[in-house]
Amino acid sequence: MKIENQVTLEFPSRSANEGFARTAAACFAAQLDPTLEEVNDIKTAVSEAVTNAIVHAYPDTLGRVSVKLRIREDRILEIVVKDWGVGIADVDQARTPLFTTGSEERSGMGFTIMESFMDTLKVRSAPGRGTTVTMARRISRRAGR
Amino acid sequence: MPVICREDKRQLTALVAGELDHHEAKAVMEELDRRIDLAQPRELTLDLSGLTFSDSSGIAVLLRAHRRMGQVRGSMRVINTPAQAGKVFKAAGLERIVRFE
Repeated sequence: MKIENQVTLEFPSRSANEGFARTAAACFAAQLDPTLEEVNDIKTAVSEAVTNAIVHAYPDTLGRVSVKLRIREDRILEIVVKDWGVGIADVDQARTPLFTTGSEERSGMGFTIMESFMDTLKVRSAPGRGTTVTMARRISRRAGR
Repeated sequence: MPVICREDKRQLTALVAGELDHHEAKAVMEELDRRIDLAQPRELTLDLSGLTFSDSSGIAVLLRAHRRMGQVRGSMRVINTPAQAGKVFKAAGLERIVRFE
């Protein structure tokens, strides 16, 4: 797997960083010349993954969240969102639409959105050790470029 | 994140503008709750023309407002949904519950 370019962001789990993370991901993706819809899909998926880390991984404390953005061969943008928080005991249950352990302002649709907006989504988690969400999206080559 | 409300003969129109994410959702929900409780409208129109981004937090905001309107025996419609937010709502199947115009 050849990596063409990459950047890593790291920040504390403050909700103000949700907007920062998705905007930074969109800026990094810009070098692949994505369509507006592709940029929006990436922003939305990053927002969901980072929000999960902020809300669920560190319910009562501030913790570390990292977002690794990579451009791989064949115009594939890979995004790895990692936390070292409480972890998820049952990943399949967490990925079920409408399932949430959050409060009323959560919809339980985060993983569903990530799945439908990205080409691939992988979730690895261990209780007490944290969660890693890896997702990828191939950016189309636009005609005439 | 601003929510601007207009009231006319028990019609409440709420303009939601800016980026709607988890960081902003709670304040928007509370403001909508407060305005619905005050106005007891027959109909709530959520105008999303100024919404520049929404993630799944927007789904929770719409469902909450929809439920609240049910409690005061009113109805809700959503107008001027931008493409990005529309795609998120559609992925959640929200059009089966909420009226989009």
